[in-house]
Amino acid sequence: MATDLMNLIEASQTHDNLPEFDSGDTVNVHVRVVEGDKERIQQYQGVVIAFKGSGARRTFMVRKVSNGVGVERVFPLYSPKLAKIEVIRHGSVRRAKLYYLRDRRGKAARIKERRR
Amino acid sequence: MSKGLLGKKIGMTSIFGDDGAHYPCTVVEVEPNVVTQIRTEEKDGYTAVQLAIGDKKEKRTSKAMRGHFETSGTSPKRFIREFEMSENELSAGDTVSIEDVFEEGEIIDVSGTSKGKGFQGVVKRHGFRGVGDATHGQHNRQRHPGSIGAGSSPSRVFKGMRMGGRMGTDRVTVKNLTILRIMSEQNAVLIGGAIPGPKNGLVELRKKK
Repeated sequence: MATDLMNLIEASQTHDNLPEFDSGDTVNVHVRVVEGDKERIQQYQGVVIAFKGSGARRTFMVRKVSNGVGVERVFPLYSPKLAKIEVIRHGSVRRAKLYYLRDRRGKAARIKERRR
Repeated sequence: MSKGLLGKKIGMTSIFGDDGAHYPCTVVEVEPNVVTQIRTEEKDGYTAVQLAIGDKKEKRTSKAMRGHFETSGTSPKRFIREFEMSENELSAGDTVSIEDVFEEGEIIDVSGTSKGKGFQGVVKRHGFRGVGDATHGQHNRQRHPGSIGAGSSPSRVFKGMRMGGRMGTDRVTVKNLTILRIMSEQNAVLIGGAIPGPKNGLVELRKKK
């Protein structure tokens, strides 16, 4: 009963309207930003370096290098603030968490494309 | 109507609000509470409503309590608590459900019995900082209480000196929590933030004073 209730609540917070993507993929995340009373879409493109959590609390972390500064943003996977997630490129990686990318610059930080 | 209700803590999760923000919340199951007695000014000197939840085997109920439940016309219940009441339109045997008492967005206070932590030292139990350094020849003093008083005068330790001991299973009240959502069909309510006690523990939800 108790677990049923938890599952029901979690299920009400998730949806399956998401593209398939995994660590190593390059994605373009469309975020809804509210400024004053206006809403606009902000795009954020980078490499997915980690997924964390489960169920409704699942999040993913996107890393990009902006003007030579590394930027990492964590998004709740099922957040209504995410208007769209575009998968730009599937990457071929051998681990789930790509934290090693933080220590790499330029060419060394490249990820091979995954051919299917 | 009763100014509070009894519920069972189910666990924590999070939901997305209408503004898109992510709110941590605790799920509390509130099956309809049964009114077992009404306290009146004439008879008891104060006004209150006695609510009960959770079924209990009759053979596990004392004769005195069996008689009490019989008077109110209900089956034996496990937990009984009294709550303040406004306007006496309830009578013994009635049931009170969540939406009768609370509404979404309301600010409430929640009481429960905190999780037992066992025998704990002063650092965890009273927030002491331990004694001295980690290095410079210092050893085994990092989580100690330090001095517990002067010497030959008073030549005793004052009562109430904070020391190690059993921690937890205290009655704890958390005030000003928001009701994020009421799920009438499931008899459940989502409360923003954390509330005291273990899963399946009894909690009292009360209107903010």
